[in-house]
Amino acid sequence: MTDPELAIATSGLTKRFRGGQLAVDQVDLAVPRGAVYGFLGPNGSGKTTTIRMLLGLAFPTSGSAEILGTTMSAGAISVLSRVGSLVEGPAFYPYLSGWDNLARYDAADRSVSARTAKARIGEALERVGLSAAARKKFRHYSLGMKQRLAIAAALLAPRDLIILDEPTNGLDPQGTREVRALIRQIAADGITVFVSSHLLAEVEQVSTHVGVMRTGKLVFQGELAELRRTASPRIAVRTADVAAAAEVFAKLGLADPETGEDLVTAELGDVRPEQITAELVHADVGVRSLNVESPSLEDLFVGLTGEGFDVER
Amino acid sequence: MSNANLQAASPPPPTPGTPPPAPTPVPGSTPVPGSTPNPEISPDRRYAAVRLLGNELRTTFFRRRNQLLLLVVALFPLLIGIGLKAAAPHGGGGGNGPGAGGAAFFSQLAGNGVFLTFIALSLLLILVLPVVVAVVSGDSIAGEAGYGTLRYLLAVPAGRTRLLLVKYAMIVAWSVTATFIVSVVALIVGVVLFPAGPVTLLSGTTVSLGVGLFRVLLVTLYVCAAMAAVGAIGLAISAFTEHAIGAIAALMMLIVASEVVDNIPQFATVAPYLPTHWWNSFDSLLRTPIDTTTMWHGLLSFAIYAILFLAIAWARFTSADVTS
Repeated sequence: MTDPELAIATSGLTKRFRGGQLAVDQVDLAVPRGAVYGFLGPNGSGKTTTIRMLLGLAFPTSGSAEILGTTMSAGAISVLSRVGSLVEGPAFYPYLSGWDNLARYDAADRSVSARTAKARIGEALERVGLSAAARKKFRHYSLGMKQRLAIAAALLAPRDLIILDEPTNGLDPQGTREVRALIRQIAADGITVFVSSHLLAEVEQVSTHVGVMRTGKLVFQGELAELRRTASPRIAVRTADVAAAAEVFAKLGLADPETGEDLVTAELGDVRPEQITAELVHADVGVRSLNVESPSLEDLFVGLTGEGFDVER
Repeated sequence: MSNANLQAASPPPPTPGTPPPAPTPVPGSTPVPGSTPNPEISPDRRYAAVRLLGNELRTTFFRRRNQLLLLVVALFPLLIGIGLKAAAPHGGGGGNGPGAGGAAFFSQLAGNGVFLTFIALSLLLILVLPVVVAVVSGDSIAGEAGYGTLRYLLAVPAGRTRLLLVKYAMIVAWSVTATFIVSVVALIVGVVLFPAGPVTLLSGTTVSLGVGLFRVLLVTLYVCAAMAAVGAIGLAISAFTEHAIGAIAALMMLIVASEVVDNIPQFATVAPYLPTHWWNSFDSLLRTPIDTTTMWHGLLSFAIYAILFLAIAWARFTSADVTS
């Protein structure tokens, strides 16, 4: 089922931990080449475990993953040299300088030449603005610098795919903006970017596609515009006579009605707001206000993933 | 380098289930648009393993902690030499060696400084050299896991088997360095503090200084082999944890336990199978003719331990999820 148009394709990817917990449950990712794919989901929804399987760090219980058209297995990991990654935060040797840290990862890469190592490392540091701190020990780096060094490591060699797991975790707003700008820059070079986050707002501005995880399952996948389309606008009527308004809604066949103290809402569907206004007047319902509300992407996201505090397992 | 050392440094035997060395190209999966394979740089790639090993050695030997360890190791022969010089009876003759060690060559020291190498090696073999090897071998995989750098190395991808072999090559290089530091420093201190000249062996025969120094080299290589085997055990333990201190402590416990059991006469039947049993057997190199049976038993024991624990390390490291 190799699809050359996909940078990442998984089928039935499943990971059950030794304790029996199902961390990733039948996930079928389809990340088109050239896309910026926002991989969303609350903490603990299985995003990182999925990424670990994509990178060959963890082995799936069942199912398979294809990276850049190559099926990931213990024998075929060489494709990973075309994949840059940042998984669960930066990790470097505190007693080595930024430069030496990158040199170490570079030395581990069989696909690149030792002769061009200096140029590669220098360029990667330049790209994230760390040239001046190249000789400083990693332990003296600030949080933002550590994060940038990790991105430099992900960009060390020519890549076709960059996987970034929570790249802005722990960064200040300025650092977050920097990372976002970097993602745009990488994507502009035609590199596929797979970026995970528990914050929709973070990837909303850069993503072309999104996948949403909830308790190990992929509950939505598609273009961002598609996700927006799934949002159905609602009509909200503020009135003193809630019961009468609800009756009108029922007569019009509006789906999912909800009544509050002085508020009645329902899905608008195909019914035009004008018609509802006319019907309400006709039924002699005193209307204080009438609004058509489109849910924000944030609302949609929460709708898909559940509220923050309902721990589901 | 002795036979055993070469054996110890060799990769674990291919086990059933070994991943195929080269992925065979599947028709239809190769021509992927937009994924031009990296240009072949064959001469460079051939040295890729050497390059990673070079970086590994630099990282190990330039690390401040490790440099301090080697410095401490170098101080021990100096202290032992000075201590024995102060305790030695004036006017030669021997006899007044420290009773605790009981090794036959203590009394020889007063007659020849070369013997300080044997004394230093046999004393440091009890604890100091195993600690030095344990620190680096126990840290090898667990340390990377603890820092989180293991996941990045594997995602590079460094290759699990390759990384393990590079780690073991580094451990062997480290063990050899530490052992030779003991020998060389002890030799220098011995020659400075004590007389040097033709060497009277434990069997009573006297050989020239050149032959004596060759025996020193053989003894040192024998100890290197013993330490390389310890390093393989440390590597295996290290592959099971992400706490370097835990791996180091576990290896030390194992060594001390083995030494204790080895000293209890009731356990004499199992003693030859203990990892530490043959360590001090190098004194057979100090006799003529050399007791080769004992030597080979020792080297065989080291080789078996090295191969066995490399296989365990490999089985674990290539199958476990990296969760750090």
